[in-house]
Amino acid sequence: MSTLEIKDLHVNVTTGDGEEKAILNGVNLVVNSGQTHAVMGPNGSGKSTLAYAIAGHPRYTVTSGSITLDGQDVLALSVDERARAGLFLAMQYPVEVAGVSVANFLRTAATALRGQAPAVRTWVKEVKAAMDKLGMDPAFSERNVNEGFSGGEKKRHEILQLELLKPRFAILDETDSGLDIDALRVVSEGVNRVRETGDTGVLLITHYTRILRYIKPDMVHVFVGGAIVEEGGPELAERLEAEGYERFIPVKAALSVTL
Amino acid sequence: MGEPIGSAAGAVLAEHSHGVGAPATTRAQLLRSRDVADFPIVTGREEEWRFTPIRRLRGLSNGTFVPAPVGLSYHSLSIPDGVTVTCTPRESAQFGAVLTPFDRVSAQAMTSATDAVTVEVAPNAAPTEPIVLRVEGKGAHHGVAFGHTVLNVGASAQAVVVLDHVGSATLADNVEISVGANASLRLISIADWDRDAVQLQHHKARLDRDASLTHIAVTLGGDVVRQYTSVEFAGRGAQVDAYGIYFADAGQHLEHRLLMDHGVPDCRSNVGYRGALQGQDAHTVWVGDVLIRPEATGTQTYEINRNLVLTDGARADSVPNLEIQTGEVVSAGHASATGRFDDEQLFYLQARGIPEAEARRLVVRGFFAELVNKIGLPDIQDRLSSAIEARLAVRGV
Repeated sequence: MSTLEIKDLHVNVTTGDGEEKAILNGVNLVVNSGQTHAVMGPNGSGKSTLAYAIAGHPRYTVTSGSITLDGQDVLALSVDERARAGLFLAMQYPVEVAGVSVANFLRTAATALRGQAPAVRTWVKEVKAAMDKLGMDPAFSERNVNEGFSGGEKKRHEILQLELLKPRFAILDETDSGLDIDALRVVSEGVNRVRETGDTGVLLITHYTRILRYIKPDMVHVFVGGAIVEEGGPELAERLEAEGYERFIPVKAALSVTL
Repeated sequence: MGEPIGSAAGAVLAEHSHGVGAPATTRAQLLRSRDVADFPIVTGREEEWRFTPIRRLRGLSNGTFVPAPVGLSYHSLSIPDGVTVTCTPRESAQFGAVLTPFDRVSAQAMTSATDAVTVEVAPNAAPTEPIVLRVEGKGAHHGVAFGHTVLNVGASAQAVVVLDHVGSATLADNVEISVGANASLRLISIADWDRDAVQLQHHKARLDRDASLTHIAVTLGGDVVRQYTSVEFAGRGAQVDAYGIYFADAGQHLEHRLLMDHGVPDCRSNVGYRGALQGQDAHTVWVGDVLIRPEATGTQTYEINRNLVLTDGARADSVPNLEIQTGEVVSAGHASATGRFDDEQLFYLQARGIPEAEARRLVVRGFFAELVNKIGLPDIQDRLSSAIEARLAVRGV
């Protein structure tokens, strides 16, 4: 069993004009392999910052706190080293890579993660089977990475990578946003197949409760103002669905009017 | 003597009027002559020379060069059926039939070259193998060499020609390309010179009715390479795709200039050049001129240049010019983009476990892939890919 542990994490983001701005203010979270944790919160609460900070995006600076994977200091690793250590980030806005085919990209990634090139015959079969399960046409692998993909295709492609690359921990950054119900179901089934192996821990970052009808979390964390403000079991998600995030958002000072 | 546009005797351009406020000169309206004496010496202040390092041209700009006793050799590596390759003296009718030089160095080459290597593809011939002409420099410091190449593709013929420049030379040369009616030519011109070479080359293509040309310029080596590619449409329905792939390393100056001269109706031109640069004082220049004359109704044209700047200290100049003299075009557009590595792309690839250096290689390979595939000759594509990889490995980009 593996454990991803985040302790008192403070993170700044470098804004477009070079300013540093504090986004995360002391996040604590422990995810074990086989578990699924939902991180839910309103827009701008810092959920995606948490995802990017774990993956090591250069725009985010950890100012204090720690992230460890089975005790190993994740923050000391480069982005690719983190991936090879077993972390995977399914991106909210996957990036186009012109001139690089999906097939080439997947094989290059698998080679990097496994330390050797996968055997051609079994690999091609593996990719084809995984694409088939996600309802992806085989011709998809000849397209350039994310180039001209629809929103749904991008997310399927992210989950395809998740299924093929078999990380120890997967962070899904708003994978459900912008998907129609059919695509959401297909994507959720992919995530559930990975969960069923029992080898992967999932951190499911979402704004909406809808995906939790398809992917049942073990734990729900409510994220507001760059920190976790409430935690609970799956029932917390139902409460959020009914009540929204209002009760977590600090009420602005009451208007005082002198008549 | 020199011939300004609109005069008789070999002038390429027809007289045309400008509207009030039209630009005083365009690339197409410059002096044209086969005689170097008609051109003033190049100072570097001229618009068309302003990017070129004149001092590195070894006297080609002003006639102070030393001629090389033996500077160059041409080898035809394969001559398929239906094709002849001959050496023809400058007195032959073909010499200067397509090109009247636009600039001093091109005129110098035409004045000084003694022979032309002429490739003839017979009408209706369709050789299955490419015609490979290897142009080998014998050393850049033996003096200046002059070359002349004529490619004639007969009506309804179909051919692939490779001009492969290797070794080292200080060379000024012209390539005259004639694509007959309904014929098609794919020409791949590779400047794979040693690091100390200097080459100034003009490719001039004339396309007859319904002819099609795919022109692919690959520029890798040399100290200074300046290639001017101009296309004249001589018949309706002709089309050209002009692609370029270049990679400048520290100190190299690689310059590409194009002129798509639309003078007849219903022709199409498409220009796509991509370059990468790395290292201190790597400099690339791309100037793409498209001229649509009043009579060239129904023209379709597009040109785009993209540059990927891999390190600090490199400079890419990119200037698209589109001059439209008729309102009745189908489409006309241009674009230019120069940028650095996209950090988000690198992050995405690295987040999948791909080490940074390999991620950069993937991005650069991908940047060129679409154009490399246009070459359609696996040997050359592999050679080019290896050359690009080797460049990246040296710099550790």
